[in-house]
Amino acid sequence: MSDVATLEDLEASRAARKSFFTRIAIYGLLGLFAFVYIAPLVVVVLNTFRANPEIMSRGMMAWPQELRFDAWPRVWGTYCLNGRCEGMAQNFWNSVYMTIPATLISTLLGALNGYILSKWRFKGSDLLFTLMMFGVFMPGQIALMPWAYILGTTGLNKTMWGLVLVHVIQGISFTTLFARNFYVNIPDDLIKAARIDGAGFWRIFWKIILPLSPPILIVTVIWQFTGIWNEFLYGVVLTTGASQPVTAAVAAFSQTGQTVREFDIMSAGVLIAAFPPLLVYLLGGKYFVRGLTQGAVK
Amino acid sequence: MAEQIEYSPSLMERWRERLPILLLVPSLIASFIYIFVFTGWTLYLSLSDSAQLPSYGWVGFENYAKLWSNKRWVIAYNNLFFFSGFYVLGTMIIGLLLAILIDQRIRGEAIWRTIFLYPLAVSFIVTGTVWSWFYDPTVGIEMLVRSLGWTSFKFAMIKDRNYAIYPVIITGIWQSSGFAMALFLAGLRSIDQDLVKAAQIDGASTFRTYYKVLLPVISPIFIAVAVIMLQFAIKTYDLVASMTNGGPGVSTTFPAIYVYDLMFQRGQIAGGAAASIMMLLALAVVLVPYGLYSAWQTRKANEHV
Repeated sequence: MSDVATLEDLEASRAARKSFFTRIAIYGLLGLFAFVYIAPLVVVVLNTFRANPEIMSRGMMAWPQELRFDAWPRVWGTYCLNGRCEGMAQNFWNSVYMTIPATLISTLLGALNGYILSKWRFKGSDLLFTLMMFGVFMPGQIALMPWAYILGTTGLNKTMWGLVLVHVIQGISFTTLFARNFYVNIPDDLIKAARIDGAGFWRIFWKIILPLSPPILIVTVIWQFTGIWNEFLYGVVLTTGASQPVTAAVAAFSQTGQTVREFDIMSAGVLIAAFPPLLVYLLGGKYFVRGLTQGAVK
Repeated sequence: MAEQIEYSPSLMERWRERLPILLLVPSLIASFIYIFVFTGWTLYLSLSDSAQLPSYGWVGFENYAKLWSNKRWVIAYNNLFFFSGFYVLGTMIIGLLLAILIDQRIRGEAIWRTIFLYPLAVSFIVTGTVWSWFYDPTVGIEMLVRSLGWTSFKFAMIKDRNYAIYPVIITGIWQSSGFAMALFLAGLRSIDQDLVKAAQIDGASTFRTYYKVLLPVISPIFIAVAVIMLQFAIKTYDLVASMTNGGPGVSTTFPAIYVYDLMFQRGQIAGGAAASIMMLLALAVVLVPYGLYSAWQTRKANEHV
């Protein structure tokens, strides 16, 4: 009896020791990867507080010797980009004015379309849905010339509304897909019962569908917000100078013909451009991930 | 005899019946213009004699012939193949490794996931700009290593035509492997836990459990991740534009860079349109078989039920 017990103890302690080393290996590897992922962010943040001559002489990856804060107001208000010395404040607000309406409009349209395509099907509605999904995969370059022509002839290229229109229409495919695949799982009996009770199209939408929708609406809003905020190609092609979004301003850092590259200022600039989607990501958390996996796999 | 009721819907009722379709119409029209009219338009431009401005004289496939005899385009699509191979493999290997590590009932899982996924929230423009500084020998990694004492260290791949594509690949993998991780992790979490327990009771090691039991179960996810990453690779524009802008010389030109350059820098709209149609074809080559494969899988699953 006692022999068996000690044998078991011995095996248990051996297993415990093995699992202890496995745990160390797991956390070690995770830590290594985490370092590679976090380090660039830390480096950029630290460089916003350093003086440019110091960066030029000691490189970007060095500890700050003094803390300065002037890079932030300069890149926001006075830094010269493409010959305009007004900083990137205007570009930042352009992105805000473009992203918020485009996100809200495309999300609402998507919810309505998804509701119709899942709960008010008609002959051919599945085919129409399938055809709409081509928009999810279309490369932006295909639509570039037509958009440039249309926005140019209507004068919409001078305002942010041109880009809002572009992003709404481009986004409908995604938002409809998200909403439709979510609403399909709401039992049809629920809708039928409501119709027998005399509820119509809008009543069912307001009273049944929308109250069940917050999860998918949050996913869609996060997906659309980060996607539109981070978009570059349309932003740089379809608008110019002071009316360009913030991604175009960041891209201009690499192209400005200045002899001295001001890394302190550019560091603050990229962080300003990255801040809103990062905030949405940190607040949105699991919804962000859900959107990624849904948007990708479908 | 029962009275036959002649049912004629009133105008109001007919209106109600059609309401859903009417509400859908604006979205449908906009989407179809965007998807089909714009694609047809660009296709027509690619067969036209457009130069600085769109014009509609028909030249047939001349622009495509020119495209394929253009040295820079050949570099662009060779780069695309090279980049795609490393990028897809790299993101999948690192993504899978991270997913398996996170799947080991670790502490603070949410924090680790947040760290590996945050690059996804940041634009390729921001990531590319920042990493181009790190690769810059005057302020970046070369400078760091030299300041640590190895004064002859050289790390200037981004300035070298033969190697400039590697920094782009590494940065792309850094940005996207968290995405692959999220997809693999979602797959691993959807596996029936009884399967895992059964394997463990049989005495299989962790490695064997993954290799023999879990990974085969999530094999459809491998295909999905590969397709998604390939799709990203074909559309790659922002990353290269902000890191090298196709340089040094034309060594890191990608199809999307080529399209932009021809359409908006060189006033060769027709040539740019032809190149963009080739991008669409490349996407179709990846996505159409995948679409058919998933439809086949769904049908098979439905038959079994």
